[in-house]
Amino acid sequence: MCGAPDQDTLPALEVGAGEAVVHGFVVQDDAPLGGAYVRLLGESGDFTAEVQSSATGYFRFYAAAGDWTLRTLYRGGSVDTAVTAVQGQAVEAEVEVPG
Amino acid sequence: MSRADVLVDADWAEAHFDDPKIVFVEVDEDVSAYDGGHLPGAVRLDWTKELQQPAVRDVIDKDDFGKLLSSKGIGNDDTVVLYGGNNNWFAAYAYWYFKLYGHDSVKLLDGGRKKWELDGRDLVKDDPSRPTTTYTAKDPDLAIRAFRDEVVASIGSKNLVDVRSPDEFSGKIKAPAHLPQEQSQRAGHVPTAINIPWSKAAADDGTFRGDDELTSLYGEQGFDDAKSTIAYCRIGERSSHTWFVLHELLGKTDVKNYDGSWVEYGSLIGVPVEKNV
Repeated sequence: MCGAPDQDTLPALEVGAGEAVVHGFVVQDDAPLGGAYVRLLGESGDFTAEVQSSATGYFRFYAAAGDWTLRTLYRGGSVDTAVTAVQGQAVEAEVEVPG
Repeated sequence: MSRADVLVDADWAEAHFDDPKIVFVEVDEDVSAYDGGHLPGAVRLDWTKELQQPAVRDVIDKDDFGKLLSSKGIGNDDTVVLYGGNNNWFAAYAYWYFKLYGHDSVKLLDGGRKKWELDGRDLVKDDPSRPTTTYTAKDPDLAIRAFRDEVVASIGSKNLVDVRSPDEFSGKIKAPAHLPQEQSQRAGHVPTAINIPWSKAAADDGTFRGDDELTSLYGEQGFDDAKSTIAYCRIGERSSHTWFVLHELLGKTDVKNYDGSWVEYGSLIGVPVEKNV
């Protein structure tokens, strides 16, 4: 497989020594926002991956260490959120989109 | 062939839901997406169960493809409109598949599920009802499918277009970043390949960029119109997206999709691999 896995049915998070996970939740008006499209962009703005947030707003990427941008598309617009991934760790990012 | 022959937008789709000769087909890797709502009347193709042989890693043969489409109620003279998630990756793969077996009239819904959802258009959960047909597939058109030996022989001579992300191309990561990175095959790319990620051909909402923009994109990245072309990615669906752009939208000749892609090439013994990290 190569496509984005269903974020509702992800296995429990385990971070390998060589992995750098970026994960978190999309929220709108203090409530989880499922169905948003979260895109992971590299330092030069290059698209790297995209998932659709789960019913609880959850998303997860297996990135590499370094600076990334999360671009979240929802009905009505998009927001960018900066995040720095760290090797061997899971870095949490909260994405808040306007209501 | 023009863009209008192979690409439709949402308004066109909504105006043709009741046309019995037009079949909307959803293709997702995540087949549960269809159950959560789909275009009215759309049938589902399951990429993993219906478009792959269960034992051998290969496309299904033409007789099985004919049986599959018959069971879905698709006739040889129907117009098939494909759409799906993941920016139409698997819909584009299915488009290439339909062309491989010689289906005449195939189109992609621009933007696929993503744009449809972001625009707030209606999705339904009703099961479609289409009578079965007797579909006859043609012999596979190998003018659009590349195999590993041809890829090795093309190093330094054809346009080898690696459409994965820059970090996959360089060998920094082995799979798209939405997947765990446990794959065992080598990382890197085919020597002399140029990296033109599929994503540069599409806007954030998944719609294809305009013809002029696409022509500039490939030209600026070293694509040589005088050469034949092989596109590859990791398993052949993102490269189907680029095959669609090059062959169907831009009308370039002799463009093949290498559906074995990096999962195959990066596991071969003794073939040259280039890595930038």
